[in-house]
Amino acid sequence: MIYWELFISFCWVGVFCVGGGYASVPLIQHQVIELHHWLTMPEFLDIFAISQMTPGPIGINAATFVGTKVAGIGGAITATVGFVLPSFIIMIILAKLLARYGDLGAIRGILNGLRPAVIGLIASAGVMFFTLAIWNTQKIPTNLASTDLAGLLVLAAAFIAVRKKIFGVIQTLIAAGVLNLLLSFIIK
Amino acid sequence: MEQENTRDKDFYWKLFKSTFLISTFTVGGGYVIVPLLKAKFVDEYHWLDDKETLTLVSVAQSAPGVVAVNAAIIMGYKMAGLRGAFCATFATVLPPLITLTIISYFYSFFASNHYMQIVLKGMQCGATALIIQVMYDLLKKQWSKKVAFPIMITLGTFIANYFFNFNMMYIVLVDALIGLFLLQDKKYE
Repeated sequence: MIYWELFISFCWVGVFCVGGGYASVPLIQHQVIELHHWLTMPEFLDIFAISQMTPGPIGINAATFVGTKVAGIGGAITATVGFVLPSFIIMIILAKLLARYGDLGAIRGILNGLRPAVIGLIASAGVMFFTLAIWNTQKIPTNLASTDLAGLLVLAAAFIAVRKKIFGVIQTLIAAGVLNLLLSFIIK
Repeated sequence: MEQENTRDKDFYWKLFKSTFLISTFTVGGGYVIVPLLKAKFVDEYHWLDDKETLTLVSVAQSAPGVVAVNAAIIMGYKMAGLRGAFCATFATVLPPLITLTIISYFYSFFASNHYMQIVLKGMQCGATALIIQVMYDLLKKQWSKKVAFPIMITLGTFIANYFFNFNMMYIVLVDALIGLFLLQDKKYE
């Protein structure tokens, strides 16, 4: 049965996708292209392109896209649930363990090592997103001529709005989208 | 943790609505949603504090699965037990499910629509501003504690991830080991 196969395939991806972000890509590729032939390679690459400009992690996007293609909306839901279910179970177990054993010296040590790491990773995402938004590259820009002026203005305005607590999170995102559209009629 | 199950209806609606909207407007996926959830749950609603959030995200990224989804699950659980976890997960997964289902029918229109691209680009800039705000805030607080070891871990993780593209899993493993052997003392909390 196709729903069951979708469910199991994406469960598999969910369990073994360790390391976040693009770590899931080879796993999905194996399940979806090589094992089940649900997608072709060009279709798979399309999912990449789509994931860059739509909400959601690539794993969820792939699950939805593949599910829709193979078995309609029911397929999309089945694949997504399959993908998320292992995470859900593992996270609840870890949360319970954390509540019970979080005070043990060893666990406290590990968490004391990981908390500053999270700050480092957030900083890394911040810098990456900054250069991506303004210079369209994840690395330090070499060609300053490609600076997106409108983007820089939107970013600065959004930053001030957030720091001064004028806007909340959601309003900031929407206002930034609208402002960029307005600026596009004025700048060039 | 379980005693927090007694949240009222209004809480679940707020949790669902805010998570759903953040997930809807967060383009690019991956680690981006984490600081945005932090901005909402901690800085705006005060449902969690900084330390709790960093602990939960540490756990979320050390486990299999997508960091964004894991973080939503464990933050929801911490705030309101199983129901909170379910609510937050549903709200995180639903937007990509809806958008992708629609887009899989209208992909070519979506990919070529000029105005759509500009609005999405603007949202990306907005998300960047929010991430930088969260990042600035966390770094400032960490710096003000004047404890050298955590600051070095933050810096090392940043360099390994940003400049050297090391696999996140190895970075996290190394940081966990450093913590296990060197940072058990209370002053590192």
